[in-house]
Amino acid sequence: MRRFAIPAVALVVAVALLALLAFGVAHQGTSLSIDASVARGQFPMAPDAHTKLPLLGAPGTTSLANMRGKIVVLNVFASWCQPCVAEAPILEQEQRQLVKNNATVLGVTYLDNSSDSEQFVQQHGVTYPVIRDVSGNFVKSFGTDGVPETFVINRRGRIVALRRYQLAGNWLQQTVSRILTQPA
Amino acid sequence: MTRVARHVAALALLIALTAGPQALAPATASAAPTPRASLTDIENDVMCTSCREPLEVAQSPQANSERAYIRGLIAQGQTKQQILNNLVSQYGPAVLGKPPANGFNLTVYILPPAILILGAAILFVTLPRWRRRSKASAAHPTPGPTPLDPQEARRLDEDLARFGG
Repeated sequence: MRRFAIPAVALVVAVALLALLAFGVAHQGTSLSIDASVARGQFPMAPDAHTKLPLLGAPGTTSLANMRGKIVVLNVFASWCQPCVAEAPILEQEQRQLVKNNATVLGVTYLDNSSDSEQFVQQHGVTYPVIRDVSGNFVKSFGTDGVPETFVINRRGRIVALRRYQLAGNWLQQTVSRILTQPA
Repeated sequence: MTRVARHVAALALLIALTAGPQALAPATASAAPTPRASLTDIENDVMCTSCREPLEVAQSPQANSERAYIRGLIAQGQTKQQILNNLVSQYGPAVLGKPPANGFNLTVYILPPAILILGAAILFVTLPRWRRRSKASAAHPTPGPTPLDPQEARRLDEDLARFGG
């Protein structure tokens, strides 16, 4: 019996280490299940809707749940990202139309410091609300791993379209106008 | 000192050596004056959060933005620890090169010494056993090969002559 003690301990340790590795890898990976669901037309609920995040350049917090009933164009960006700079005027132009239809763009800064983000907002005349995701947990729940990414969320809180790269103005206009014509 | 006591003492010494530097670090740090922060020093301890590389080697736009932010904090006269705290508040704990010691991250700090100690403990148990076994086999040497009987020896010679010839 004793001769099996050491191999048994080594085996248990090896299995425990493998389990730990599997756990760590599983929790690091990003999920692209949202993309697959949207592609199939199943439109998943926006994750972490009740997570409250601080507003950029203003006191207080907000969450997606606070905007339920509105169409939300969720745009994840950072001030250092050149495609985000190119998107800013497109999003701002769309925001002027959205506010007339009980809809809004919601910017989320990711991997950025607040002073640079505030400078970005001022430079590009951004008028839509912007929140800060310092930990990155909120955007990671959308499978976000970089910037820019954009998610269009309908009035029921479901993701109906997304872009995991720089968006084009016509894509945004067409997507939003299609959702606006749908019954609430 | 008995053999068991020697093993226990050696194991305790190994644990002390493993835990020693970390245990001594706070006392040493508190005695030393607060060092002036430098970009090179901070770059060694933080990550480029978008490219997941140490900041000292990262060359992405986000890394450049992070460096500029750190330079601004240094210019404000902040200490290294203040700057690290500020970076965590802006970019989250992922900005730190060494993850904070809580939750799953604890494994980074616990596992290496634990594996070292476990390996040493296994060696302490198995090595004396192997030595005893090799001593015992040296004391009672195994008998050499049994000599061939004359008939087999003759057949072997014949076979060797045939193949060699």
